[in-house]
Amino acid sequence: MASLIECDDVWKIYRVGDVDVQALRGLSLTIEQGEFVAIMGSSGSGKSTLMNMLGCLDQPTKGHYRLNGVEVGRLTPDELAGIRNQQIGFVFQSFNLIPRTSALENAQLPLFYRGLSLKEQRAKAAEALARVGLHGREDHYPTQLSGGQQQRVAIARALVTSPSLLLADEPTGNLDTQSSQEIMRILETLNRDEGITIILVTHEVDVAAYAAREIVIKDGQILSDRKTKAGPIASPVEV
Amino acid sequence: MAAFVWLTIMTALRILGRNRMRAGLTMLGIVIGVAAVIAMVSIGEGAKRAVQAQIATMGTNVIVIFPGVTSASGVRGSQGSAITLTVSDALELKKRIPLLVDTGWSRRDVMQIVYGNRNWNGPINGISPSYLTIRDWSFTSGGPFTQTDLDSAARVALVGQTIVENLFDSGEEPVGAVIRIKNVPFRVIGVLAPKGQSSQGSDQDDVIFIPFSTAERKVFGTSFIGSVAAMFGSTDQVDDLPMAAEQIREVLRARHRLQAEQNDDFTIRTQVDIGKVQEGTSETLTMMLFAIASVSLLVGGIGIMNILLVSVTERTREIGVRMAVGAKRYHIVMQFLIEAMTLSLVGGVLGIVLGVAGAKLTTLIAGWPTIISGNVIVISFFFSLVVGLFFGLYPANKAARLNPIEALRYE
Repeated sequence: MASLIECDDVWKIYRVGDVDVQALRGLSLTIEQGEFVAIMGSSGSGKSTLMNMLGCLDQPTKGHYRLNGVEVGRLTPDELAGIRNQQIGFVFQSFNLIPRTSALENAQLPLFYRGLSLKEQRAKAAEALARVGLHGREDHYPTQLSGGQQQRVAIARALVTSPSLLLADEPTGNLDTQSSQEIMRILETLNRDEGITIILVTHEVDVAAYAAREIVIKDGQILSDRKTKAGPIASPVEV
Repeated sequence: MAAFVWLTIMTALRILGRNRMRAGLTMLGIVIGVAAVIAMVSIGEGAKRAVQAQIATMGTNVIVIFPGVTSASGVRGSQGSAITLTVSDALELKKRIPLLVDTGWSRRDVMQIVYGNRNWNGPINGISPSYLTIRDWSFTSGGPFTQTDLDSAARVALVGQTIVENLFDSGEEPVGAVIRIKNVPFRVIGVLAPKGQSSQGSDQDDVIFIPFSTAERKVFGTSFIGSVAAMFGSTDQVDDLPMAAEQIREVLRARHRLQAEQNDDFTIRTQVDIGKVQEGTSETLTMMLFAIASVSLLVGGIGIMNILLVSVTERTREIGVRMAVGAKRYHIVMQFLIEAMTLSLVGGVLGIVLGVAGAKLTTLIAGWPTIISGNVIVISFFFSLVVGLFFGLYPANKAARLNPIEALRYE
């Protein structure tokens, strides 16, 4: 069986004015279903570009990226949107909830674009909110929630479609220590109990410590890639 | 898909509800445009209908023939000043042209009428009995005079409402009373039903009819016996009018021995011609008002486009999030289009309400007749929808073309 993520000699080149900026330089990477990976690196290292590409928001200039065996580089914008909707959940540093819209409706959003009936959308969104411990706060607006709670709504929104891949871009960057720990515990549980593949971008070593594998990026290439835990990936997937 | 559209409409309404002031101001252009269209068209239709009603008081399928003008040493007289038409012309026309159901004739002069101790100066019309049927006069009491009255030059009169009001006490029955015209006693045998203003604005009820022969011999003192001031004919069908007019022209030219190079010594007008001039005027007015209203709708549409462009910029991040969780291009396009159309439709409905109210108020205050047609309401509604669609397309496409990565990063 194919791996969840296969990057093969991936290049990403931007043109800024007259200069070509090489954000990714022949990066190759394989991530299996059920892994919990932390990606680290200084700013400008290319980790954001990598995340955008893994999240199908962007496509490689050169090389191959296969998600669940599908060559992402050849897809149209609408096809990419379809893949994001079906297979990927996003958690952002700044939460990116839609303002003046209730927690439930925020969590419903991906289902909205799946064309589910309103009743199904509500039921699934309420269930997702309950999974991140926000039962009873469905009608709260983002401004009525703490940072940690907002990020949990964002996680519920990412979970609601039962994605195979959850991408978290510095999910604790805007949170205090206690909220950060709560969020990381939720992610850890999702990975351990439900087998959701999580890729996490972070600066913080103690946050990265929750992951089972740590990849360090520098100048658009992988500097190091090591397993930090004998995680659950040892695991049914490879059998 | 149905759920998507429904939820998008709800979302749009909520977003607009949040910025009521902004939404209201944005809609104002459409509201005013649609209200203007509805009010103007209603007033225009009302005016047109009033004109049609006035023209209908002329009678049904009427042709009017006036004599030509006199010309003495190059000074031309007024229309009808020549004495080129005669009673025998009218009788001949009826005999020669089968299309004409009937022909009639009249002469008119303003004279003093006396009854008891009151007097009034009004137009006295000497007419043939056929005139009454051609011009559709009916009676509130009494009845018309007959061919016998005409043959014997009987001293009988038919009086219009204005005459009744000015000569008789209210409640007094004019039929049977004896009035004096130029000191000649006339017995009133009929009171005419009111017709109101003519299309030229003159009072059609300020009128007395007496037999043509009586007028000629006993009142007007005409030197040219048999000459008439106007002739009238009527046809069965409106469509026969032009053909009948052409035949009248041929017959009259032959009778008057006009050479090919000579101009007609008479003028023929059909009811259709008269109607066309009047309707043409009100149509020009309606078109002009429609043009003004269209400009207002255009401005309203641009207002919607402008505010949507602002909205797209303000909500760039939200668009980014929607794209990240799987919104396809058409989802984003639909969202903004529905928002634009909600704005223009709500504006359109408000405009319809305002326009109808305005039309009613015009009738109430100014007393102008207005006619609110279902058509104009449906068209306005449809038009505001199209405005929303058209002016929503550009902002919607702009939103859908955003790059999700940049949109998410937008501050």
